[in-house]
Amino acid sequence: MATKEVDTLSGTETTGHEWDGIKELNTPLPSWWLWVFYICIAWAIGYSIFYPSWPWLSGYAKGVLGYSTRKEFNQQMAALEQERSVWSDKITATPVAQILDDPDLTTIATAGGRVIFANNCAPCHGTAGVGRPGGFPTLVDDDWIWGGSINAIYTTIQHGIRNTTDAEARISQMPVFGEILKRDEISALADHVLSLSGHGADNATGAKLFADNCAVCHGEFGKGNQDLGAPNLTDQIWLYGDSKAAIVAQITNPRQGVMPAWHGRLSDTEIKQAAIYVHSLGGGE
Amino acid sequence: MQQLNNSALESKDALPPASRRRAAPIAPSEEATRPNTEQRLYATRIKVYARSVQGFWRRVKWGVVATLLTLYYVAPWLRWNRGPDAPNQALLIDMPGRRAYFFGIEIWPQEIYYLTGMLILGAIGLFLATAWFGRVWCGFTCPQTVWTDLFMWVERKIEGDRNARIRLDKAPMSAGKIGRKAAKHVAWFLIALATGGAWIMYFYDAPTLVHHFVTGELSSTVYSFIFIFTMTTYVLAGWAREQVCIYMCPWPRFQSAMFDEDSAIVTYEAWRGEPRAPARKGQSFEARGDCVDCGMCWQVCPTGVDIRKGQQMACIGCGLCIDACNDIMQRFGRPAELITYDSINNQIARAESRPTRRRLIRPRTIAYMVLLAIIAAVMAYTLATRTRLDVSLLHDRQPLFVKLSDGGYRNGFTFKILNMEREPKTFLLATDGLPGGEITVIGIQPQPSPSVELTVMPDDIGTFRVFVKAPLSSLKGKSTDFRLVLTDLATRQMLVHNAVFNGPGE
Repeated sequence: MATKEVDTLSGTETTGHEWDGIKELNTPLPSWWLWVFYICIAWAIGYSIFYPSWPWLSGYAKGVLGYSTRKEFNQQMAALEQERSVWSDKITATPVAQILDDPDLTTIATAGGRVIFANNCAPCHGTAGVGRPGGFPTLVDDDWIWGGSINAIYTTIQHGIRNTTDAEARISQMPVFGEILKRDEISALADHVLSLSGHGADNATGAKLFADNCAVCHGEFGKGNQDLGAPNLTDQIWLYGDSKAAIVAQITNPRQGVMPAWHGRLSDTEIKQAAIYVHSLGGGE
Repeated sequence: MQQLNNSALESKDALPPASRRRAAPIAPSEEATRPNTEQRLYATRIKVYARSVQGFWRRVKWGVVATLLTLYYVAPWLRWNRGPDAPNQALLIDMPGRRAYFFGIEIWPQEIYYLTGMLILGAIGLFLATAWFGRVWCGFTCPQTVWTDLFMWVERKIEGDRNARIRLDKAPMSAGKIGRKAAKHVAWFLIALATGGAWIMYFYDAPTLVHHFVTGELSSTVYSFIFIFTMTTYVLAGWAREQVCIYMCPWPRFQSAMFDEDSAIVTYEAWRGEPRAPARKGQSFEARGDCVDCGMCWQVCPTGVDIRKGQQMACIGCGLCIDACNDIMQRFGRPAELITYDSINNQIARAESRPTRRRLIRPRTIAYMVLLAIIAAVMAYTLATRTRLDVSLLHDRQPLFVKLSDGGYRNGFTFKILNMEREPKTFLLATDGLPGGEITVIGIQPQPSPSVELTVMPDDIGTFRVFVKAPLSSLKGKSTDFRLVLTDLATRQMLVHNAVFNGPGE
């Protein structure tokens, strides 16, 4: 700048820059500000030596400290496992029914079970166990095919239903009545079944057919049998639909749900937690 | 640095131009001697060697410094008995326990708005104080000012007053110089450590903190925080000082918005002081100003400004230059208050020989006071009438409702009871507006029942999985409004919470 210009009002030098009559005052930064900037640069250089920084064509500069976020993550996960082992060891050691007697342990197991359920069970049974159409039962109601006690749920998750991989899987087979009964017989039978839950009129033919063919598994009064996985036909909950057509279809050519055994896929501790969670959904007996 | 753009200052032609038209950078007078040859992008810091001073404002400042420092260091040690299960520290923000304690008041995280209210009160209080007394916050009560004052006092005790310190800094390196400098920094650091440690005491039981600090039992996080607050105190009060006020703090930049012509500010009465000239004792002050140009006003200034250049951003309004100038005026037998803590209007009045008056009641101060009163009243009312029982209800999103085997429907809720009292409470939970409505609670009430007893531990949140079951006949369409009624079995206090029951809408 050739000439110094001083703003008369503020007593501050101007930079000589002017826009539409407005002049820029020269208010210099303090020099320590500049030093802070240099220190930041020095810090960055030091950081790039000690910590992972520059990308190479293959890989990256790892830094002399050998720090890695993945390593830190693994350490933290290990520490977390360690922290959780207080509870998970206790869950492992406690029979599943007795976990329910301990409110704190139940809370922990339920929280863990929620995650295990979401990762493994939700694809068929739906988020939070609401079930899915087409024979994937809802787990939140009070109707159970194979039993809703904590031990029954635990056994079902361990061994599954009608699978070929687990010798202890729950097994039952509803006969294909389309090959045994005539069409009008099945229709009469369906009417009787509907009447069991208070829908439509009963008929003697259907009642006789029911006593001869169905009562063995479903019980004399259609109350079902959880040991055989025979559903209760007198309540308002229908796995494959509550219309007459649906019932006729189920009698004629029954669909049979299959569930894998989780024993071997999940640890016993995880299965216990999943059972506690399912039990807590509202229908646990 | 720039002068404060105070419209009041600029519009008053009654003030002689000399008070604000002296075209020079606002900084210690040393700066004027620097060769002004080329434009510099960065300003070299001019070290401030503040001279010690005695007088009224210095005494006020010592009083404020002593009071605030005592409050700060002692307050965490005050005890307050809250019973066996609660901390007995009167002032405590218990982060892990999610509680804040202020003597008899306990604040839960849900009540954080009390803190917001305090901050709003503080801000408007600051505006009001500024409208009345100018930068009284900056000059007397700001932590930066208080600790800088304390650090300067230590510096003076070890290195001597202004002249001795200038000499020491110019002197070649010697054992004596190193000794004094080291002693000063050690003393500063110890004060900073006490300051940083005391800050943590507001978040940690004070006696335990001291004990664990010495035995090395604190977590690395706590040590890091103590280190951070120690170092900021040391750097800001020892090294940065007036640089904080000039370059870092936003408050000086906008506090002029609270000023008007009636705000009391530290200013030089140029109408009486100019033309300035050196003087000898006994000399006549005819046909000249009272200012003897002794430079004491800028030598005692902790931020190194020359107040005779007018009101400016770097002036923190501490009034020390008033003390210095009054002392000089007395020696020359001239009237005191050549530099004065008064309003612009009063200065103009004196210059024109009119009576002065202090106007505390002005539209803007009335506005601030009304705001303060309203907010304080609302806060006091909510605090006095706040309930120590609260509930929160979260309806399950999935599933919204469940059909049961008897044809009825069930909704699931997560129900929380916040028992903010220091005793266990038992409540009765029932439904209202849902005929035939029955409740089950996981782990507590397995069989549906019209009402359920729920117990919550003292100072705790009880979380319950609550299922409400209702027959289809009680439901009105897809959603039915009903109420959950919680009754304290001991006091019969009732809390009614609105809820919605979802159904199929058949």
